[in-house]
Amino acid sequence: MSDTPAIELKDVSKRFGPRWAVSRLSFTLAEGRSLLLTGHNGSGKTTLLRMIATATFPTLGEIALFGHETRRNRAELRPKVALLSHANFLYEDLTAAQNLSLAAQLLGAQAPAAKVKELLERVGLGARAHNPVRQFSAGMRKRVSIARLLLKAPRLALLDEPFGELDPSGITQMEGLVRELQAQGATVVLATHLIEQGKALTQERLHLEQGRKERTA
Amino acid sequence: MRPVGLVRGAWLVLKKDWQLEWRTRARLTATVFFSLSTLLLFSFAMGPGIDVLRAHAPGYLWLGILFASILSLGESFRVEAENQSLTGLLLAPVDARSIFLGKVLGNATLLFALGLLLLPVTVALYDVDLTRNPGLLLLALGLGCLGIAAPGTVYSAMSSNARARDVMLPLLLFPVLVPMLLAAVSATKFALMKDVQEQLPSWLKLLTAFDLIYLSVGFLVFPRVVEDD
Repeated sequence: MSDTPAIELKDVSKRFGPRWAVSRLSFTLAEGRSLLLTGHNGSGKTTLLRMIATATFPTLGEIALFGHETRRNRAELRPKVALLSHANFLYEDLTAAQNLSLAAQLLGAQAPAAKVKELLERVGLGARAHNPVRQFSAGMRKRVSIARLLLKAPRLALLDEPFGELDPSGITQMEGLVRELQAQGATVVLATHLIEQGKALTQERLHLEQGRKERTA
Repeated sequence: MRPVGLVRGAWLVLKKDWQLEWRTRARLTATVFFSLSTLLLFSFAMGPGIDVLRAHAPGYLWLGILFASILSLGESFRVEAENQSLTGLLLAPVDARSIFLGKVLGNATLLFALGLLLLPVTVALYDVDLTRNPGLLLLALGLGCLGIAAPGTVYSAMSSNARARDVMLPLLLFPVLVPMLLAAVSATKFALMKDVQEQLPSWLKLLTAFDLIYLSVGFLVFPRVVEDD
C-alpha cells in the first residue's frame, strides 16, 4: 500500500443554485482505512460521496483519489471506485441478471455470465435472476446494487446508507461485506444514521453540519 | 478487469437499448401508432385528389417519422433518468462518447424500422411506386433517420432533466433539422418519382454531409451534456 492517501479533499465546496451543499471541506483518508460519515439529513453526505465517486465535481477546491485529481482523471479512477447510493442505477425493465451482465461486460470481466450467477446467488437473488427489476422490492434492488459493487472489486467503496431498506439478514450480509472489503485492503467510506453500527465497522469518523466539517474522531 | 473501449462500449449500450425495447416494446408501439395516425390525418386533410397526395407523399412520410421521433428520442433518455441509470453507466465506467454512439445507433435503427413499416402504408394511402428505385430509397431513409437521431440524441439528453422536457425537445430539435428534412424529402421524392435532372445523388450527398456534421458535433459535445461538471 502506498503513502499516497486514498482520498484527499482540499478546501472543497459544492454549490447547487444559491445553496452551498458542501463548504470548504478538507480531509485525507489513508488507503485501506475506513471512515464513518455522519450528519443530519441535508448535511451534505450524499453530495460529498457523489463528488468522491466522480459523479459530480466540486464548484471550488480539489479532490484527489490515490493521488489523482478527479475531474481530469475520471476515466482512470472510475474503475477503482464503487458507489452504493440511494439511486440504484438499475434499468427497471431489465432483469437482475441483465443489469449485472451489462455492468460486468462494461468492466471487461472474464466469463461475465458465471460471475453474475455467482454474485446473485451470494446476495440471495439466484432464484429471481431472470425477473425484471421493476418487480423487485426496495430491499431486493439494494441487493442487486450490492452484487454490482462486489463485481467491481473496488479499491474505494462509497456506501451511502447501506443498511437502509435491507431486512435483518441483508444487514448482517452488508456488515460482512464491509469487513470483507476492508480485509481485501479496500478503503471504505460509510455514510449512515446508524452511528453505533457504523462505528463498529470503521476506524475514523467525520461529522458534517450544513456541509461543513464539525468534528473528526 | 479492464474497462471496454469506445466501440465495444457503444455496442453494449446499443445492445442494452435493444434489450429494453424488446422487453417493453413501448417506444416502437407508440411511434408506430402515432406515425400511422399522422399519415392517415394528412390523407384526410388533403382530400381525395390522388395526384396531390402522391406528389406530397415524401413530405408526409418524413413528417410522420419526424413527429414520431420526438416520442422515441424522449423515451430513450427517460429510461436513463429513471434511477439515475445514465450516471450509473458513466460510473460503470463507459465513455460518454460510447453512450452517444450507442444511443444514436439505437434511435436511428428504431426510426429506420418505423420508416420500413410506413413505406407500404404510403403505397396504400398515397399510391406511390416503391419499385422505381428501392435501393436508393432505403439509402435516403437510412441517412435521414441517422440525421434525426444524431442531433436528436444530444437534445434529448439535454432536455431529459428539464421540467418541460416534452416541449423543450421539439423546440430545440426542429429548427436544427430543417435542412436535413429538406434534403430527406427531396431525396425520397426523386427515389419515388421521375428524376429527369438526376438530382437524387446530390441530395443523398447533402444528407450524408449533414449526418457527418451532426455526428461529429454530437460526438464532441455529448460528454459536456451528460457529465455533471
